[in-house]
Amino acid sequence: MAKIPLGPIRSGFAPWDDPAAKPFIEFRNVTKKFGEFTAVDDLSIRIYEREFFALLGPSGCGKTTIMRMLAGFEQPTSGELLLDGAELSGIPAYRRPVNMMFQSYALFPHLTVEKNIAFGLKQDGMPKAEIAERVGEMLAMVKLEPFARRKPHQLSGGQKQRVALARSLAKRPKVLLLDEPLGALDRKLREETQFELMDLQQELGMTFLIVTHDQEEAMTVADRIAVMDHGQMIQVAPPAEIYEQPISRYVADFIGDINVIESTVTGNDGGLVRLKAKAAKADLTVRQDIEVAADSTAWFAIRPEKVNISSAAPEDVSVNAVPGEVWDIGYLGDVSIYHVRLDTGETIRATRTNRERIVEDPISWEDKVWLSWRPDHGLVLTQ
Amino acid sequence: MNRRMSWFNLTALTLGFAFLYLPIVLLVIFSFNKSKLVTVWGGFSTKWYVEMLSNQGLMDAAWVTIRVGLLSASVATVLGTLAAIVLVRQGRFRGSMLFSGMIYAPLVMPDVIMGLSLLLLFVAVNFERGFWTVTLAHITFSMCFVAVVVQSRLMTFDRSLEEAALDLGCPPLRAFLTVTLPVIAPAVISGWVLGFTMSLDDLVIASFTTGPGADTLPMKIYSQVRLGVTPEINAVCTVLIALVTAGVIVASVGLKRQEVQRQRAERLAAANA
Amino acid sequence: MSSTRGSLAGRSRAAKTAGRPAWGRLLLIGIPYLWLLILFLIPFLIVFKISLSQTEFARPPYLPAFAITDGLAGIWEKIKQFSFSNYVWLAGDPLYYRAYLSSIWVALVSTAMTLALGYPIAYGMARAPRQWRPMLLMLVILPFWTSFLIRVYAWIGILKKAGLLNQLLMSMGVIDQPLIIHNTNTAVYIGIVYSYLPFMVLPLYSALEKMDESLLEAAEDLGCPPFKAFWKVTFPLSLPGVVAGCFLVFIPAVGEFVIPDLLGGSETLMIGKTLWAEFFSNRDWPVASAVAVVLLLLLVVPIVLFRNHQEKMAEKGG
Repeated sequence: MAKIPLGPIRSGFAPWDDPAAKPFIEFRNVTKKFGEFTAVDDLSIRIYEREFFALLGPSGCGKTTIMRMLAGFEQPTSGELLLDGAELSGIPAYRRPVNMMFQSYALFPHLTVEKNIAFGLKQDGMPKAEIAERVGEMLAMVKLEPFARRKPHQLSGGQKQRVALARSLAKRPKVLLLDEPLGALDRKLREETQFELMDLQQELGMTFLIVTHDQEEAMTVADRIAVMDHGQMIQVAPPAEIYEQPISRYVADFIGDINVIESTVTGNDGGLVRLKAKAAKADLTVRQDIEVAADSTAWFAIRPEKVNISSAAPEDVSVNAVPGEVWDIGYLGDVSIYHVRLDTGETIRATRTNRERIVEDPISWEDKVWLSWRPDHGLVLTQ
Repeated sequence: MNRRMSWFNLTALTLGFAFLYLPIVLLVIFSFNKSKLVTVWGGFSTKWYVEMLSNQGLMDAAWVTIRVGLLSASVATVLGTLAAIVLVRQGRFRGSMLFSGMIYAPLVMPDVIMGLSLLLLFVAVNFERGFWTVTLAHITFSMCFVAVVVQSRLMTFDRSLEEAALDLGCPPLRAFLTVTLPVIAPAVISGWVLGFTMSLDDLVIASFTTGPGADTLPMKIYSQVRLGVTPEINAVCTVLIALVTAGVIVASVGLKRQEVQRQRAERLAAANA
Repeated sequence: MSSTRGSLAGRSRAAKTAGRPAWGRLLLIGIPYLWLLILFLIPFLIVFKISLSQTEFARPPYLPAFAITDGLAGIWEKIKQFSFSNYVWLAGDPLYYRAYLSSIWVALVSTAMTLALGYPIAYGMARAPRQWRPMLLMLVILPFWTSFLIRVYAWIGILKKAGLLNQLLMSMGVIDQPLIIHNTNTAVYIGIVYSYLPFMVLPLYSALEKMDESLLEAAEDLGCPPFKAFWKVTFPLSLPGVVAGCFLVFIPAVGEFVIPDLLGGSETLMIGKTLWAEFFSNRDWPVASAVAVVLLLLLVVPIVLFRNHQEKMAEKGG
């Protein structure tokens, strides 16, 4: 678990911070129950036009249900769902200006690639000449022109996926829903396609909503990520914020790797929180603007790449520094992950970029080392 | 994937299939028997086929049977497909228990009960018995068989295909007709064939529900058999068997060729990916 | 932007629920439902009604017969003429209840024999190399496509006193007197097993084929010898197929007519034959109806069990 790309930060694109901006998709207190089971719990969220919004969470967290409600395949048990200001609940799926790219691609096996892409246009009664033109455009966009006459079973996995994409964009919908679209692809192809999707979204100026359980994918493509758990959105923020400022252990742990140490708050003045680790016998300080009462329990969290590992002790060992023994090393080529065991038995992970090709006197197993970090590198989490 | 065919398996299969086919083979052989006796070979002759063709009663009955079969199978396929959709997609509704009961019960109901009950219905409403009553009766039990076959296919059908059609703007009925139906077509066709076979085969229900001038082939065969067995019956049976066998062979050859083509195409696609 | 909002709002007021309109659903369910109601369920009610009537030398041959001109009072008069006398008659004559019991017994034995014969065949098919299986399946189904009547008829020629089986055995010197098989219960058993074999083999094969072979390998790995593995792993997993097959053979076999009629003898007492005789020979429709009603009552429990089993399998498979 090494590198987490922070994702592109489109300069100036942050309509969620603008109080005057009108949301394009809005969920208002939407709840969805299947019998006794609550899949989506009183959810409210605003998604803005031209956003690439990601729903991220484990299976069963409700992300797919949210998407299906937007597409029209499920109806909310209560609450309102608005698209461009209009209530969606009475409108059946086949009349919504929303299109979906299915996880299984759902290509019609008895139709050619051309006819698959043209399917939605035919439903709208578009004249034949126009359909042909649009289909040609779509084929060019996904670079599948020579495959127009083939049937789905004559295509490879990656090609099927592009046809599915072309088909879902052919009608130029206002919103495109992507249901775990890249799961079936191998790693390299997946990465390429992620960037292609982002470029496409910018070019077309559309709103994309992607459902995924792959945090790397969400971090790469999204303008904002909603981390979900048990039918609720725990945190909705741009990738960098989710990564560096998670609001709970769940979110912190879901994205990337993090060290969490249970602590007691000993003081909080002027933006500097003092904590005492319960098990590690260490004093910790965190530069964070947060309301915490003294003697309350909080968790100190720090990302492995922010932990400095060294054989020699740091200058000030009284705070934000602990000694330990190297228990395990994961060598990943570009980075090394050190699992360091403290006297108390807890393990802290530190990663270090291997900047040098050959290191003199490298840190090895069972070495005694010091872990240290700066006060503005840690996090205080209260949930 | 190779597997050892144990001698036990092989024996079981051979004996089993021998048991299944021996009577049929013997029947066919004796249709060419010169002598009138069905069980003593008197030499090779095709005279029974000639006799059969000139037996007007038999030919008429065959014609009735074919018409009943074609019509009842076709209507039963439509009704049965509708029933299958209800069973698979409509979940619990008021009266769904009764509905599924009415679909599964005819599958096992003894023919005598079905025949008697339908006849009494026709008598009670004074519906003239003949071609149409037999057809109605056949539609009723055939549709249940079709329903079960189509239901089984419909359950494994990937619903995301239908959802994709809806998502692209297709209203539900049209989505069913343009996407679902073509994909489950083989099951629907097997249902039709099943219905046709059951209709062709039926003796008891037809006997109860038919009227003057609408004797079916099984009825004719049965009455001849009661009188005494002649090789003419064997000839009729052989012709039927030959037709059925030809039909099945054509169908499976066609399917096999389709399957081979599809596999070849998939392999090509994977290689060029 | 504003125009789309307007049209969206308009549509949301028009449609009540997303998905198919209410009348579409009504038609979908209604058409097959009505058909079966009228042509399957109501006839049973009529059978029951006739069973309460008396036989009469008339068209239709029963009293009372309802007519449109009766009016409510007339109908009530006629209803008062209903009686259970036919049922009393059935209960009194040992012929009938012996026929019911005999039918159930024959059906049970036949089902067991069909299972005994069908299971090895289905098992052999499921264990055969993969490319053979479609062909084997076709071979099992093919006799089914050929007429049921024809196949029963074929057995007459084989089992008769002067039939092919006796000819073969006598010429081989195995016996000197011809075996009397035709027109006995034995022939009926053979006939039922033969005709219903595909109904047993197909569900069994379907269940066996679905079984994951690695389960057997796991059992072997854990020290289970093959024969034991069959009883502890394969057979229990094939039970749904066994149950389905048994229902598909037993229930119709109880009311079977053609096979006992063509292959059985005077000693063969089966309720299907009795019903046919009552109806066609005695022309006693009310008694025939009573026979049918009692038969139906006997079979209701197995039929409901069959339906429940099918639904449970459908839920699992779906």
